[in-house]
Order: sequence, then structure tokens, then C-alpha cells
Amino acid sequence: QIFLLWKSLILGQLILGNFFAFQVHTVTLIPGDGIGPEISTAVMKIFEAAKVPIQWEERNVTAIKGPGGKWMIPPEAKESMDRSKIGLKGPLKTPIAAGHPSMNLLLRKTFDLYANVRPCVSIEGYKTPYTDVDLVTIRENTEGEYSGIEHVIVDGVVQSIKLITEQASRRIAEYAFEYARNNQRSSVTAVHKANIMRMSDGLFLRKCREVAENYKDVKFTEMYLDTVCLNMVQDPTQFDVLVMPNLYGDILSDLCAGLIGGLGVTPSGNIGANGVAIFESVHGTAPDIAGKDLANPTALLLSAVMMLRHMGLHADAKKIETACYDTIRDKKVLTKDLGGNSKCSEFTTEICRRVQDMD
Amino acid sequence: FTSKTLMQSNNKPPPARYGGRHTVTLIPGDGIGPELLNHVRELFRFSCVPLDFEVVNINSSITSEDDINNAITAIRRNGVALKGNLETNHTLPPSHKSRNNVLRYTGLDLYANVMRCQSLPGVQTRHKNIDIIIIRENTEGEYSSLEHESVPGVVESLKIITRNNSLRIADYAFQLAREKGRRRVTAVHKANIMKLADGLFLQCCREVASGYPDIAFDSMIVDNTTMQLVSKPHQFDVMVMPNLYGNVVSNVCAGLVGGPGLVPGANYGHNYAVFETATRNTGKSIAGRNIANPTAMLLASCLMLDHLKLHDYASMIRNAVFATMNESLLHTPDIGGQGTTSEMVQSVMRNIKSSGPLTTEL
Repeated sequence: QIFLLWKSLILGQLILGNFFAFQVHTVTLIPGDGIGPEISTAVMKIFEAAKVPIQWEERNVTAIKGPGGKWMIPPEAKESMDRSKIGLKGPLKTPIAAGHPSMNLLLRKTFDLYANVRPCVSIEGYKTPYTDVDLVTIRENTEGEYSGIEHVIVDGVVQSIKLITEQASRRIAEYAFEYARNNQRSSVTAVHKANIMRMSDGLFLRKCREVAENYKDVKFTEMYLDTVCLNMVQDPTQFDVLVMPNLYGDILSDLCAGLIGGLGVTPSGNIGANGVAIFESVHGTAPDIAGKDLANPTALLLSAVMMLRHMGLHADAKKIETACYDTIRDKKVLTKDLGGNSKCSEFTTEICRRVQDMD
Repeated sequence: FTSKTLMQSNNKPPPARYGGRHTVTLIPGDGIGPELLNHVRELFRFSCVPLDFEVVNINSSITSEDDINNAITAIRRNGVALKGNLETNHTLPPSHKSRNNVLRYTGLDLYANVMRCQSLPGVQTRHKNIDIIIIRENTEGEYSSLEHESVPGVVESLKIITRNNSLRIADYAFQLAREKGRRRVTAVHKANIMKLADGLFLQCCREVASGYPDIAFDSMIVDNTTMQLVSKPHQFDVMVMPNLYGNVVSNVCAGLVGGPGLVPGANYGHNYAVFETATRNTGKSIAGRNIANPTAMLLASCLMLDHLKLHDYASMIRNAVFATMNESLLHTPDIGGQGTTSEMVQSVMRNIKSSGPLTTEL
């Protein structure tokens, strides 16, 4: 009789489990150009093998001219993103003399993607001179030095304007502290050059200090940009979460990516207003190897893992991340850029196998 | 136009020499500056270097503008200065500008900041055999200190790039590369985003490059540069860049060769030169504890001696410093040892004594 009770309990749990599994999330997938489509396929295959409750909606974001002559992303893409709120994006080609602005810029403006988040964690098995790196760079992505406001004052004298606003600085600082709290990070460091740019970086710093007051559980420090660079290449383990304006963020996030092995293995996420979040791989389209099954899907895969964590699907995230790291650590099936000579599909199959073995 | 004046200044006799002795302005600064510069004075006295120091005491606690002007006049008079870093209190209002910058730009026009990042034997680093020269535009760019609050809550900061200064620094870079027998100059920029400003800088570099066909020229975007520096630093030879990127790249390179205590820096203008440590740190937390690394300041003083054409003294001190560096027991804490500043300086003096020339008593 106890045996029958046990059986019904297990059956009951199975039914409940299947019920929760039916809650499928929709994610807008933007494969991109060059190697984009093949690495997106790899990610979809791995997610299927891991039985992640995600339904993909593929969209194209090539710019079109809207009414009034303004460049915009296709309405189907915008509608899908607004509905699903979560996006995964491959690399996009930067058009030269195509007449329209970069697609990344267009996406940023459309969804007000104000925070660029890049977690940099050393990958065991992909050796670099730096081990034990575990930090996150959070970069303000809408203003600062990249406002694009430039003028020729007189012939031979150019001025470029760096814009810092209270609102954007407060928003990014709040995001940084929220991120630190939600991801169990112990400290946030504001990176600035207020000794030279007294008013602009001074404003940014003041806002960070104000927001820090509301997050007493997270330690707040400030450091000059040059000191951060100096210390980062000597001992990156002293850093945790870094928050900074646009230009410094651009430089530092790429510096940190270089520490762990480059853009081919670095995930990245862009957080926007209204709950929109787009996760992407930040490497290029690699047109020379496109379509040859040679690409490395790690960057896009790790970005997808970051996306799962953002959605709260921590168990699935851990499973896929572990499978990926284990495959790299084992060194038996690696793509060319990681030092092996396997194909992209072989690498993908290996990760799928590990994921299935874990179930 | 610029190459001719540069050649002329190279042929100019070294400044301020009376009775066979040079006079150099000494600015102790804050933090570890005073103690390190005292060691330099001690070492010069010991080695009988024909040089006198005129000490100008400006530091962050002195607020008068007159003192700064006196310092500038002293440097003008002597032509050469050796300085520690002055701390900038950034909680003070914007009108209170960084004293270091005031010295550099106002009236001295020290337009080229030159830093040679060289791996030193005996120092453990992740990357070996690095030898990169970084030339940084020192007067304009993001450091123009032109800021205003257009509406409450919105601040604009101006970055100025001019054709004249860009041509000048590019020319300096190629001249230096040729002089030192270097093969390639890389311009670091962000012209894909700042199309007009960095675009102008890049264009000027290209123009100057065409006049130096013996030296290869390429360019790299600053974020890619930092990524390449931490993974493959040996691809770089000479690098030239505007002010802010120069700050970032020089600190990254200093970190690569072992830290702020090892790299000397020099600021050159047409008429004046000021020498200091490359990464310009005040070292507040280690001041007065006899643990600061004197290498950077000692090597900076050697650069100064070279500038004054006292090459024999420069080589003597430099070799003694390298010999001391080889003894890891003497390394100061910043490079992983437990030695003290005075022990290192004593060792340098011993090395000088044993190499032969006349010295005072140890």
C-alpha cells in the first residue's frame, strides 16, 4: 500500500512537472549576417537537446525606410520584440555607404537599450595569461562620447561633444546596483576621469554615489580609468562589477574580453527600457568562413545562457553552460579558433550529447 | 615645417649651463614624489653629476595661482624639470583645474608625452620582451577642460582636435621612430564613431606617414588595441594617439611590463622638457613608508640626463639600476618583493661605485 502511495506521488509530480514545462517563452531570434545563421542554428539545436521551454521567432532587421523617410527596423521585427521582450542576436554587417546607419545603432535607439552588460569569466580549458577573471562591465550605452555631435569650428579645428545627463547616469547606476544585488556580486566600482573632466564625469560620479546610498548591502568604490587599466592587466581578480560611461565602457569591456580569450567567447547583453533585453554575440560576421561550418558558436551560446538567467531559467542555464565549458575543457572537439580542428556542427553535437547525458 | 624646427632644436645646445654645471627645476609634488626625488638628489650627489636642483615647492595644499606661475617661470628659466605628481582634488569646483595639466600646457606647450615600455630583466610578468614606445598628444583632445552645463542635469564636455597639433604629434612620432630605428608606427583612434575629430587625427597621421616611406604605418581602433595588448602585445612597435587614449594605452602597457613603479615618462616641447614617472601616480597610500619603487623616477632622471647630453652619467646610472633589478631580493612590494626603497637606492649606488668612476663616500 505504501508502494502504491509512492507511485501516485511520483505520478502526481510528473504531471505537475509537465504542466510547468508547458509554460513556453517566446524569444525573438535575429540570426544576423555572415556566420550568424549557422551559429544561431547551433544554439537552437542545443536548446532543443536541453528541452528548454523556448519558442523561437526568427526575424530580419535589415533597415527599411519608413514613412517620412526615416530609417527604421522592419515593423514585424519591432512587433515581435515588443511582444516577447527578449531577443537573441547574431552579428550584423556594418554597411559602408549604404545610406543608412549601423543596424546596431538603430536597434539601440528603437528599444532604448541603455545598459550593455558583459560578464567576463575565465574559461577553464581555454588558456590565456590571465586566470581567475570574474568580473562584469556595465556600460552606459546611449550618450557620453558617442553622442555623434561633432562640428568643424574653423578649418582645421574640430570639436566633439561628450554629453552626460543626470537621468542616464542615474539609470545606469541603478541598473548596476540591481544587477549586483540580483547576481550576488559584492561590490560596484564606478570608473571615471573626474580629475580631468570635472563636470561631466563629476556628474556621473555624483549620481552613482547617490544611488549607492540606497544599496547599502553592496560595496561602492570609485577608481580613475587609468588606475583601473593599470590594475586590470596586473591583477584582474580585484574587480567585481564595474559601471561607467560609454567610451570607457567600450574600451574596458573589450580589454576584459581580451583577458578571457577574445570576442569569440564573450557573451553580451543589452538592457532596454520597458523590460526589453537583447542578448548578442559581439564578434564580427566573419565573411571569410561563413557557410563553411567552421564558426565557433560559443559567444552566442553563452549570450543565450545569460538570456536564460535573465528570464529566471537558472537550471537550464547552468546545464547548457556546464556542457559548453566541459566540452572546451576536454579539448577533444574544438573549433579552429579554440585550437582544435572540428567543425561547428561537431562542436554543437558534442555539447548536445553532454546536455542529454545530464538529464 | 615642423620637422625643420625639430631638427633645429636637436642641434640646440643644452640649456642653463653655468660654470659647467646644469640647473634643473625640481618639483617634489605629493605622495611619494618628495621621497623619491630626495633619493634622486642623493644619487646625483654621490655620482658627482654636474647638476644642481632648484626646488619649487608646489603641492595640492597650496592654492595660490602665483605659486604655479613661479613654477612655470622656473622651468622656463632652466628649460628642464623633474617632477613628482600633484594630486587633484576632484571634489573642488571645475574652475580649480588639475595642476599637472596647468604646468604641462600653459606656456610650456609640452605637446609630446613619450613613454617607452620595456620589459625589465628580473621582473616577473605575464608577457615577456615587450618594447613599445607610446607617443601621446599632450595638450588637447579630451583634456581641454572645456565643460558647461547647458541645461540643469545635462553636461557637455568638449573634445578638441586640431590639424596643427595632430600634424605636430604625428611628425614627432615618425621622427622619433626614425631616430630610434623603429619599423612601424600605429595610430590609435576611434574614427568609426568620432568621425570628424578622430577622423582628422587619423588623416593627419596618414599625411605625415607619406613623408616617411621607410617607416610602415597602420591604424587600429582603441578598443581592439586594448584587446590586442593583453593577448598579443608583441605586434606593437611605436604607437601614436590623442590624449585620452594615450592615458588608457600607456597605463595598460605600464601594467604589462610590471607596474607604475618601473616606467619613466617624458614630456617634450620645442623648448622645454619635463620628466616624471609615466603613469603619474601620487602613491598616496604608500607615501612615507619607504616601500615605493624608485626605478621609475631613477630612469626618468636618466632620460633627463640624456636630454642634457650627459650621456655617460645617464648610462652609468641606468646600468646600475638594471643590475639592481636583477636581484629579486631587493624588489619592492609592488613587484612582489619585500625590499625597501633605501635598500634599492643603496644597491644602485654600490653598483655605480664598483663600475669605476669618481664618487663621494657611500
